[in-house]
Amino acid sequence: MADERVPYAGPGAAPGAAVGDQPADVDVIVVGAGPAGAAAALAAARAGASVVMLERGPFPGSKNVYGGVIYGRILDTVLPNWWEEVPVERWVVRRSTMVLTETQALTVDFRTQSWAGPPYNGMTAYRADFDSWLAEKATAAGARLVTSTVATGLLRDAAGRVVGVRTDRADGELRARVVIAADGVNSFLAKESGLLPKADPKHHTLGVKEVLSLPREVIDERFGLRGQEGLDIEMLGNTRGIPGGGFLYTNSDTVSIGAVLALPGLAAAKVRPEEIIADLKGHPAIAPYLRGATVKEYAAHLIPEGGYDHMPPLHADGLLIAGDAAGMTLAAGIWLEGVNFAIGSGLVAGRVAAEAAAAGDASKKRLARYRDELEKQFVLADHKRLRGAPEIILSERIQRRYPGLVADLVESLFTVTNPEPKPGALALLRRAAKRNGVSLRELARDGVRIGKVFR
Amino acid sequence: MSRFWFRKPVGAASAPAATEAAEGMGGGGGRLGDIAFEDRMATVDFRVGERAHIVVDSDVCRSCTTRACVTACPANLFAPTADGGILFNYEQCFECGTCYMVCNGEGALTWTYPDGGQGVVFRQG
Ligand SMILES: Cc1cc2nc3c(=O)[nH]c(=O)nc-3n(C[C@H](O)[C@H](O)[C@H](O)COP(=O)(O)OP(=O)(O)OC[C@H]3O[C@@H](n4cnc5c(N)ncnc54)[C@H](O)[C@@H]3O)c2cc1C
Ligand code: SF4
Ligand code: SF4
Repeated sequence: MADERVPYAGPGAAPGAAVGDQPADVDVIVVGAGPAGAAAALAAARAGASVVMLERGPFPGSKNVYGGVIYGRILDTVLPNWWEEVPVERWVVRRSTMVLTETQALTVDFRTQSWAGPPYNGMTAYRADFDSWLAEKATAAGARLVTSTVATGLLRDAAGRVVGVRTDRADGELRARVVIAADGVNSFLAKESGLLPKADPKHHTLGVKEVLSLPREVIDERFGLRGQEGLDIEMLGNTRGIPGGGFLYTNSDTVSIGAVLALPGLAAAKVRPEEIIADLKGHPAIAPYLRGATVKEYAAHLIPEGGYDHMPPLHADGLLIAGDAAGMTLAAGIWLEGVNFAIGSGLVAGRVAAEAAAAGDASKKRLARYRDELEKQFVLADHKRLRGAPEIILSERIQRRYPGLVADLVESLFTVTNPEPKPGALALLRRAAKRNGVSLRELARDGVRIGKVFR
Repeated sequence: MSRFWFRKPVGAASAPAATEAAEGMGGGGGRLGDIAFEDRMATVDFRVGERAHIVVDSDVCRSCTTRACVTACPANLFAPTADGGILFNYEQCFECGTCYMVCNGEGALTWTYPDGGQGVVFRQG
């Protein structure tokens, strides 16, 4: 072969030479066995297509990291009563949002027992378990899973249409009528196609996390939980000025704690990511929860946070892009949802691909149905509605000033000043704003902006 | 086109074995040093391949003004050397992509995924 291309997947990979016409080996190739890929393979197989799903890790989930909570509602229509067999750790019944400064914490805590029973709202689960489980659903439907195999590039014909993938196996090429790139954040297939920029630090955050061991009864007691009940805490502030936030989730006998950090801010701060986790673990409002816990696993992974305005084109001739490969994680402050968006997009991609293969038409024009359908569903509808969220959530004032402002305001409201009379609330607000370098006009303007973004 | 693709998968989707957790000092008490970095990395499973999947061109690094990789890499794999270069070891890499995203020097990093089945294996994730 004359092709001099480096046979590895990476940001530097360039498109290979055009390949000749040969019949397809399968209808659909899905690259990646994460939630997007497994859902795509499941939907395509159910629609009657022959499907091969490639995964570079030794088993599905082995390369994947998240917070995490999975919102399973999207599974209802495809896997009825999925909650009876899903590998769940705990069902989330409590959601807390914490605003932190180094020494203060304001928590809004919500709890409902309606999330404690079927059909449930959210669950904590390990990705090694969940991704393997979902991939098994795809193989049970007839898809073929090939693990320990990297798709190193796309095969294109003379007209530039995608007709398959190269892999790092000795017998490396595989042809299909449609290829679905579900290869996650960093998607080197989308980068090779020129659909994603090679490096885009502005629209990515680094997630670092520790899974900490604690006995089940200790978790129940400290977090006010019973049986399979779970808690989800999102945190804003106390990340040394690096735009981002923190999270804490309860599993059966572990707690996941971590931080999400904007790459440009992280690079500029010259702070190591695990120091931010250490800060959160050591915070006076968090440390008592974690006393005696030991680190079971440390992990890191990128998150695409550009939102609607920074997604790549979702299709090309012979190619569909789903999940994080297309930047579909919804990171909008109080929400961090990616798995459900990956599954939602994968299900549509799989069906559209199977139909295109059956119709013998995988043209860009026909595959545009994929995007049309996602616009009608939550996947792109939510992203479109919240398109302004990433920018405002990661903005200077929200990240560095408002946590202190809010905490100072509440502290002053509850600090008894006898024998001085209580100052009025407006005076306290003015004082807290001034102390944190915010003018009341900026505050009002941001209030309106936030109202618009989250309307 | 070989028959390979349609053979029965070997060990596909097999459940991960239980992991041995390295004991950190824990205590939840806090700041840096609550667990030594080597102990932290010892909690992660790596199937180290023979090929270095990331290669750093230290000559390019010598003229780098940010050295963003040194602090940003969550696995702490970029070590500055006395002569202004970078010493890099690929073995305990999360394959996260942070380094190529923040890298300041064109051509400093040759970044690829490890070969199939190799590299990091998250037991929980
Ligand atoms: C720290 C953190 C916290 C998060 N918290 C949450 C949360 O609480 N809830 C939530 O819903 N979401 C959360 N997310 C987001 C969520 O993890 C992602 O949105 C989701 O994993 C996307 O699924 P995916 O299938 O698109 O991609 P991935 O899960 O990344 O799967 C991609 C798959 O493709 C494989 N692959 C990649 N390239 C190749 C190749 N060339 N050849 C073969 N295989 C390949 C990978 O090994 C991987 O298995 C979080 C993310 C992070 C990093
Ligand atoms: S940021 Fe890039 S060029 Fe700079 S030291 Fe790190 S690897 Fe080298
Ligand atoms: S990919 Fe991530 S873990 Fe690996 S060297 Fe780069 S920054 Fe470090």
